[in-house]
Amino acid sequence: MMPGARIAGHGPSLKERLKERMESLGALSVMTGQVFSRAVRPPYDWASLVFHTESLGVRSLPIALLTATFAGLVISLQFGYFLARFGVQYTVGRVVILTLFRELAPVLTALTVGARIGSGIAAELGSMTVTEQVDAIRALGADPLRKLVVPRVFACLIVMPVLTVFSDVVGLVGGALVVKSQYGISLDQFFQGALDAVLMGDFVSGVIKGAVFGLIIGLVGCFKGLAVEGGTEGVGRATTQTVAITSVTVCLADFFITKITLYF
Amino acid sequence: MRKARSAHADPAVPFAFRKPTPGEELIRFDGLIKQFGAKRIYDGVDLDVRAGETLVVLGGSGVGKSVLLKCLIGLMHPDGGSVLFEGYDVAKFSEEQFLEVRKHVAMVFQGAALFDSLSVAENVAYPLREHFKKMTRAEINKRVAEKLELVDLPNTEKLMPSDLSGGMRKRVGLARAIATDPEVILWDEPTTGLDPVTTQTINELIDSMKQRLGATSIVVTHDMVSAFVLADRMAMLANRKIVQVGTPEEMRRSQVPEVRAFIDARRLELNPRGTP
Repeated sequence: MMPGARIAGHGPSLKERLKERMESLGALSVMTGQVFSRAVRPPYDWASLVFHTESLGVRSLPIALLTATFAGLVISLQFGYFLARFGVQYTVGRVVILTLFRELAPVLTALTVGARIGSGIAAELGSMTVTEQVDAIRALGADPLRKLVVPRVFACLIVMPVLTVFSDVVGLVGGALVVKSQYGISLDQFFQGALDAVLMGDFVSGVIKGAVFGLIIGLVGCFKGLAVEGGTEGVGRATTQTVAITSVTVCLADFFITKITLYF
Repeated sequence: MRKARSAHADPAVPFAFRKPTPGEELIRFDGLIKQFGAKRIYDGVDLDVRAGETLVVLGGSGVGKSVLLKCLIGLMHPDGGSVLFEGYDVAKFSEEQFLEVRKHVAMVFQGAALFDSLSVAENVAYPLREHFKKMTRAEINKRVAEKLELVDLPNTEKLMPSDLSGGMRKRVGLARAIATDPEVILWDEPTTGLDPVTTQTINELIDSMKQRLGATSIVVTHDMVSAFVLADRMAMLANRKIVQVGTPEEMRRSQVPEVRAFIDARRLELNPRGTP
């Protein structure tokens, strides 16, 4: 049998699936270009941007804060325990702040909140697609990208860095409380060590990651939502695919952004 | 045979609508080809629509009746052939060029496609805000009330789509479609899924649009009763082509197998035991 040939009754071949993925990637790239070209040209829908930023941000805040609190608690426990073996437990504040700011706060926020936001967008736009509301927008003389996609993508772009900053702060406070109660390190000592170690670049790299992850989440959610086919079953498929794609893409992007930001 | 006024095949020529005289050819599908993946649904569809008439397109489920409407307003693009509207080949139009076409051609979707997050008034006002940027809020409100009155839904402005029944949703969909006073209305399965009384109400509304607005209508349906009630002419889409076009009387007497099958199936539905 030829490589990539279809096995009877086993769905599309590897070659067909690869072609489909490449076509999707191409279509997503085209949509990204269209979103930015529309975003820079008036008219600007400020009301819609504010609405989506507020609704995505406010609804996502509790889960972001909860995740960050427990992330701060756990890494402080872990680092405090291991650093004590080498007698340098007083440096725990430095390690916790760098881990949180550079890595854990943006990535965990993207994986938890982002999956929720992305799948929500995919479900909402997917439902609009299958009920012909997206076609209706076009038929009534409006542009679905401008009306639906631009405000959501830019809302994600704004919300994710803001949530990352909230996660930084809450995670750090959680970490400080654990270190004080478990290892007897005062809050002053913890925060002094943390602030001595951290540079503006560490903070900014986390915020940049948040923004890039937000962009990925918004674009993937919108793309999968608008590409829904096959009724309500298709909507379900789009939401799960959005979670999978955003999670993998966030991890990949995290590596490359880290690589780039370490040079600065 | 009526000819298109001019053949503006060059997409660079800006679209300008000129009100046609009744009976004049307004739309022509010429050798239309459309396929989805490997499945070809149109293999040279030819059909003309005359100004002021109600043309009913018949066909079984999945033959691509709705695709014909979507090709006319650019929601789908054909793979071959041309779609002449007022002599302009809109098949070659860009999304921006279609904006002007969509001021004159409105579509009533099968499931109404109302925007769930907007009220009835906001739904009806939607095309006005898009097409007529200079309209004041008071003018928009007045037009919305007029159109809702026209579809027998006065004082429903504040209701949400979730508060409406199927028939009411269709009527709000119609009010939204006619908000800009379009010259052509495309009806996608307007009576599917409705009870006989509501079906009759919708049929009367479609007919009244012709009488009151002088609009040209293309109705896509497989509901034979509605088709015979509404049609000035009927077209049968089968085997990837238009197999017959004619008046309701011509269709009734047709010997084309696909048309006969449709008419006989309807007779059987009304009289399942075949009693005289």
